[in-house]
Amino acid sequence: MSSKTPNQKAWWLVLPVVLLVAFNAVIPLMAVVNYSVQETFGNNEFFFEGVRWFQQVMQSARFREALQRQILFTAIVLAIQLPLGVAIALAMPRRGIGLSICLVLMAMPLLIPYNVVGAMWNIFALPDIGLMGKGLNELGFSFNYTRQPVAAWITLVAMDVWHWTSLVVLLAYAGLSAIPDAYYQAARIDGASKWAIFRHIQLPKLKHVLLIAVLLRFMDSFMIYTEAVVLTGGGPGNATTLLSIDLVKIALGQFDLGPAAAMSLIYFLIILLSSWLFYTVMTRDEEH
Amino acid sequence: MSRLKWLVPTIYIVFLMLPIYWLLNMSFKNTNEILGGFTLWPREFTLANYAKILTDRTWYMGYVNSLAYVLMNTVISVTVALPAAYAFSRYRFLGDKHLFFWLLTNRMAPPAVFALPFFQLYSSIGLFDTHIAVALAHCLFNIPLAVWILEGFMSGVPRELDETAFVDGYPFWKFFIRIFMPTIAAGIGVACFFCFMFSWVELLLAKTLTSVDAKPIAATMTRTASTSGYELGLLAAAGALTIVPGAVVIWFVRNYIAKGFALGRV
Amino acid sequence: MARIHLEQLSHSYRPQPRAEVEADWALRGLDLQWADGGAYALLGPSGCGKSTLLNLISGLLQPTQGRVRFDERDVTALEPGQRNIAQVFQFPVVYDTMSVFDNLAFPLRNRGMAEPDVKARVIEIAEMLDLGASLANRASGLTADGKQKISLGRGLVRSDVAAILFDEPLTVIDPHLKWRLRSKLKELHQRVRRTMIYVTHDQTEALTFAEQVVVMFDGQVVQSGTPVELFERPAHTFVGHFIGSPGMNLLPCEVDAAGVARFAGHAVANASRDLNAARGKKTELGVRPEFVHFAGVGIPVQIERASDVGRFRIVDARHGAQLIKLLVDEGEPVPERQAHLVFDAQRTRVYADGWAVA
Repeated sequence: MSSKTPNQKAWWLVLPVVLLVAFNAVIPLMAVVNYSVQETFGNNEFFFEGVRWFQQVMQSARFREALQRQILFTAIVLAIQLPLGVAIALAMPRRGIGLSICLVLMAMPLLIPYNVVGAMWNIFALPDIGLMGKGLNELGFSFNYTRQPVAAWITLVAMDVWHWTSLVVLLAYAGLSAIPDAYYQAARIDGASKWAIFRHIQLPKLKHVLLIAVLLRFMDSFMIYTEAVVLTGGGPGNATTLLSIDLVKIALGQFDLGPAAAMSLIYFLIILLSSWLFYTVMTRDEEH
Repeated sequence: MSRLKWLVPTIYIVFLMLPIYWLLNMSFKNTNEILGGFTLWPREFTLANYAKILTDRTWYMGYVNSLAYVLMNTVISVTVALPAAYAFSRYRFLGDKHLFFWLLTNRMAPPAVFALPFFQLYSSIGLFDTHIAVALAHCLFNIPLAVWILEGFMSGVPRELDETAFVDGYPFWKFFIRIFMPTIAAGIGVACFFCFMFSWVELLLAKTLTSVDAKPIAATMTRTASTSGYELGLLAAAGALTIVPGAVVIWFVRNYIAKGFALGRV
Repeated sequence: MARIHLEQLSHSYRPQPRAEVEADWALRGLDLQWADGGAYALLGPSGCGKSTLLNLISGLLQPTQGRVRFDERDVTALEPGQRNIAQVFQFPVVYDTMSVFDNLAFPLRNRGMAEPDVKARVIEIAEMLDLGASLANRASGLTADGKQKISLGRGLVRSDVAAILFDEPLTVIDPHLKWRLRSKLKELHQRVRRTMIYVTHDQTEALTFAEQVVVMFDGQVVQSGTPVELFERPAHTFVGHFIGSPGMNLLPCEVDAAGVARFAGHAVANASRDLNAARGKKTELGVRPEFVHFAGVGIPVQIERASDVGRFRIVDARHGAQLIKLLVDEGEPVPERQAHLVFDAQRTRVYADGWAVA
């Protein structure tokens, strides 16, 4: 691939993008930074408060608990969706009408508005009128996600797996399709077992797409809001109050601008740092 | 063992279809039947819910509004992303790597963080409750995504194509529109698909920035749940209808789905 | 080690091929024997079926019709892993995450060989391939020719291998490394004396590597013989045209009532006897440029051009619409405009519908 030529006039091509994104990113962020270091008592009067909000947020048990719940949630869904997605991609047909049907049906959950996803599962898991809720209760389990925190977590995780595993499947499938046949032929001749083929051929070739999948799923599960809120509203109590839900409660619900802004910045920073870490660790491995 | 391989995707697809089936099931019942008992299919099949939505202005406008800002956003995002992606793909310029990285970080921005600031920003410029407001707001994460996808596809096109065109005397824009864009048509399709997808499904910002005129269907649904108290059949029908545009889009791009997810980079 | 026998092999990629339609079949009625320990080349243009044939031998494909035998044993139904063959592909296949040592050890470990034996064998083969120094390195770090050597090594490392098949293995290798790898292959064959079947569309590769060349065209074997035989006595016009640079001259000719071959009216002496059988078919005269000479009397031609290619010159001569090429040594003079040509009778043959007339 030929290299790029230096050309400062390229900035004109990039300008519209920069303007639009900066308008949406920089101005609000500046406002957030502003609020995070100020106190207001209404009447548009602001007083500089320094790092007080940051300290308050970091020390609040409420924030720490929300963060813990968020980390737990993200860890669980990543642990389920990644292996499951890869396993399904491995089992999918390689061509033909079966493949088209698979792809279309699997892609459907990805295109449903988040609130409908939440509403669907809200009803689906209800113990009296939902197929899953009623079914589980009929089978002898006492399942009521509106009252039991564990049931709420199970429903939340199930909903996220239902919603997003297909993304991993599609990415992994694209990665697998890119492996040339010669590799599989050579493995047949070498007498390799199915597991050896997976470990030595498929998995290494999938590393690149899996990195994209991990990053996307990490970021999006860390930011989850609408589906979770429509499903449980953060409850019962605050059993499923994840970071976004907590933040919106504080910001739009209580209008506590200062703490909300401080929390926002910490939140954003956590995502940035973690993503950067993931990215560095996984690409450093490639360079060896 | 490998003969049972088809079982895995089949079970998964059944799992995916269950909640959708339940939603459809409910949409064809009236609320009495839903709350009255538990039936696996409608005893009294009714289209009343769909009829209400398709005839009541407060309902169907929700879909119109959503489609409006989603299409606006897709057009804006992809249009500005095209020249920018070209610049990243072909040129080196001051700050290019940092700029690209900064763009990607916006995809990592939690909507929850931006909800309130967006509300204030767009209100202050008088764009509250307009379609364009939501379309522009979604640019925050859709433009970086579009640039990233398009840059990947563009890097796969050899520079010789550009150079030949310039030697042949094509002015830049003519080359870009007549020659370059058709070459990356698949990439443009993928970018449009993803912009459509992420804008169509996003709710928090869409709800925050609208109230009546540009209210998306999602907001109408949640309003119904609280005010008129749980008209489940109606809600189910509304939800089912939101699946339709997505299904249509997937059907049209089905041949590109697996390829497209390679994003030109695999 | 084994003798490989391909019995009446036919293969079609269509699920229901029609017997009468030639185009449905990639291979038709092939019957070939490969003696134990020989170096063979399968030579032919793209699409002639040579890769198909190779995959049928290795078991990556099951033949539509016919049998494959190794030493009389019918292996047609066996999987590649059970067939004691090794195959080197067009594009280097290495297991990226493993070291060179582990790559070479892979086929042995899969078959349950004891670790000390594995080690001994791998080191032995690595020495042969000049890979001894890189055994500990990651396989993904090697150049293309290094990776092909690893692929080759995975085949050599198994002592039960009956044959090693090469499917155009030098395709992605840099030109200046090609000849090195080629010489290495030849050297290895002499050392190891395993049957090697080398598929290529490059005649230089085929003629320098092989003791016996099988030329394929359009799903059939057109000639099988030593490089010298193919050069001097091509059995098919395709062989004549494909081998040699420049290829054989093919001139339209007629067989007259007396059984004499004539080109543009001139009688041409040739090595074919049974010309009467050729009457009625499309007949051509074949003679290599090496065996065409200037003479006082003969076929009158106009000299068009003489290209200098170093040790000799290629002269383009024209008779009417027909172009005839001949090779002229360095010192020999080339007439300016008009001349006469004769063909070496022993090296000239008549071809009917492509096939040499006896």
